[in-house]
Amino acid sequence: MSKWVKAIRHPEVLGRRPSLEGRRPGSQRPFILRGPLRGHLRMMVLLTALFIGGLAAPALAQTKTTPRLYGIGRAATADQIAGWDIDVRPDGQGAPAGKGSVKEGEKVYNERCAACHGEFGESAGRWPQLAQGKGTLASHDPVKTVGSYFAHLSSVFDYIRRAMPFGDAQSLSNDELYAVTAYVLNLNDIVDDKFVLSRKTWGQVKMPNQGGFYDDDREKTEKAFWNSRPCMKDCRPPVKITGHAQAVDVTPDDKDKKGGVE
Amino acid sequence: MSDDLTRTSRRKFLAGAAGLSAASLAAGGAVLPARAENAKNLPPNVADWTKQLGEGVGTRAYGQPSKFEKDAVRRTVPWLTATPESSVSFTPLHALDGIITPNGLCFERHHSGIAEVDPADYRLMLHGMVDKPLIFTLDELKRLPRVNKIHFLECAANSGMEWRGAQLNGVQYTHGMVHCVQYTGVPLKLLLEQAGVQPKAKWIMAEGGDAAAMNRSIPLAKALDDCIVAYRSNGEMLRPEQGYPVRLVVPGWEGNVWVKWLRRIKVGDQPWFTREETSKYTDLLEDGKARQFTFVMDAKSVITAPSPQTPVKQKGFNIVSGLAWSGRGKIIRVDVSLDGGRNWKPARIDGPVFDKACVRFYTEFDWQGEELLLQSRAMDETGYVQPSKDALRKIRGVNSIYHNNGIQTWALKADGEVENVEVG
Ligand code: HEC
Repeated sequence: MSKWVKAIRHPEVLGRRPSLEGRRPGSQRPFILRGPLRGHLRMMVLLTALFIGGLAAPALAQTKTTPRLYGIGRAATADQIAGWDIDVRPDGQGAPAGKGSVKEGEKVYNERCAACHGEFGESAGRWPQLAQGKGTLASHDPVKTVGSYFAHLSSVFDYIRRAMPFGDAQSLSNDELYAVTAYVLNLNDIVDDKFVLSRKTWGQVKMPNQGGFYDDDREKTEKAFWNSRPCMKDCRPPVKITGHAQAVDVTPDDKDKKGGVE
Repeated sequence: MSDDLTRTSRRKFLAGAAGLSAASLAAGGAVLPARAENAKNLPPNVADWTKQLGEGVGTRAYGQPSKFEKDAVRRTVPWLTATPESSVSFTPLHALDGIITPNGLCFERHHSGIAEVDPADYRLMLHGMVDKPLIFTLDELKRLPRVNKIHFLECAANSGMEWRGAQLNGVQYTHGMVHCVQYTGVPLKLLLEQAGVQPKAKWIMAEGGDAAAMNRSIPLAKALDDCIVAYRSNGEMLRPEQGYPVRLVVPGWEGNVWVKWLRRIKVGDQPWFTREETSKYTDLLEDGKARQFTFVMDAKSVITAPSPQTPVKQKGFNIVSGLAWSGRGKIIRVDVSLDGGRNWKPARIDGPVFDKACVRFYTEFDWQGEELLLQSRAMDETGYVQPSKDALRKIRGVNSIYHNNGIQTWALKADGEVENVEVG
């Protein structure tokens, strides 16, 4: 361990933030300053590196440090990982062994889910609605459900696996999980009554709103919001109040509040 | 955040508490000091506390605010959500000043309640596309080199109830899903280096250890840039409500990706499209299509006083106080308008200005009882200027729930009361 004591501290901890472009952690030689170099000299080396970096970025890249390894933390065993590794991707990576039919799912759903989400996924009371809502996304009252909004089967499956039933998370067997997911899909007319969901049939599920999303484009579509000289004077015609929160009156009472002008 | 948040709900109106509007009518221009005075304590009399001994040391092992500061508490809007375990409480911005939020007042957003993690049993697992999958205990994380950074955290749904018009009458409710504290923790980059990220990796997935096991995908570039695996807030260990013992800090990005009770980080080559990044935390636009991975929080500001919960009590010299923040970097300027956005004046920023952190601004004004429409407008170092609500709606419509950073208007009335209004 003693050799590490002499080493330069981690760059993040020095407050320097080297560019990471084109660099694979672990692929370069260590940049280690020995005892006498610490302090003043280290600062100079750093400043020089930053200065050179400003003139010629590639030169800085040459001086990149190999990540420092601290020997802290233990290897995660395959067994440990298996117990926590529950995420599933759109392509089905991570989906566990097992299978379940719509029919089996109906039973699981009625016992474990319907009390909150309603017999047909219509929601019992104020809990999330899981079905219907197709064709409402562009309306004034969009209803987002598994059928109307979700773009990927994995988003439903992964979520039920980790978080549902609400208050009894991670209690479903893999077969129950496949079955109840199949049933929720069936409630949304995405699969038929005979469908059996498994890793094998994963790719057959087509979510209706699959093409409904695109990546953040604010820097393009909202470019007008970048403006180095915003208007300061007479920027608009006289202003009218067009809406009042007090008229809506949905604010919780605040009993301590006192007002009035002295 | 649930979709319910944006519905300007008639049913709530009908069921609604009379609340603030009744209080304001009662106030009606009268002289009402904030708290009844007791002449016995006022000069020339000598106050009780000047004569008697107070409690000794140690009676308040963990100090609490004065009993007279009961107003400075988190509040909820019960009708917003079906259950308090998946819900939100709001920071009392109207009762705070400066840039740092006290730990106990940081807003809460849980998806399955507050996990109570025993630090002895805390583990962080790091695996996926890495050379050496690793597990860290809390003590091991604390042995690693650490950084201290002040950052704001804003829920993407902050102000989400206001897309369709002024709805909630209080800055606590319209803007209280933001807080700003100093984090202490290990740079995520340093942890990833310990495991050795493989060359094809492009994304990470962060997962919580609560009963929602909340999971979000984050681009590797951000993970290697400024993310922190944090265990302290304002010097002390994180509060359970904020993810004790360990949360992810993702500076400038929407609060949902700052996974609390962090138990696992997996490295991969594509995003996971988790439920929280498709069904939720996507921004539905007018045409029925939705933006995804809208991580960055746009520059935003709000006047915290005067505001509906802190009316003006005196004519004459008054101060507008507010907060501004940007997910793209430093705030460089905040302008204040007293006439609903016709004319603007730069405010004075006071106190430290950090990258992706809140700043405090002040503007002085002389008030003689005239009606004013108070607004503030933030500008960040990229040149982004906080837009009006209408400018935002023109592009995004009113269905997007998230990322509402439009300019807030407070109407200051003749009696000193302040109301959340919409202007056109
Ligand atoms: C005690 C009530 C309750 C029960 C029982 C329950 N859920 Fe849920 N469900 C919820 C709540 C609350 C949420 C939203 C949680 C959140 O957003 O944090 C939810 C969310 C969901 C969602 C995501 C909806 C969306 O639009 O994003 C799905 C899918 C789901 N539940 C499926 C199920 C299934 C399947 C079962 C049975 C195995 C089940 N739930 C049992 C309360 C419940």
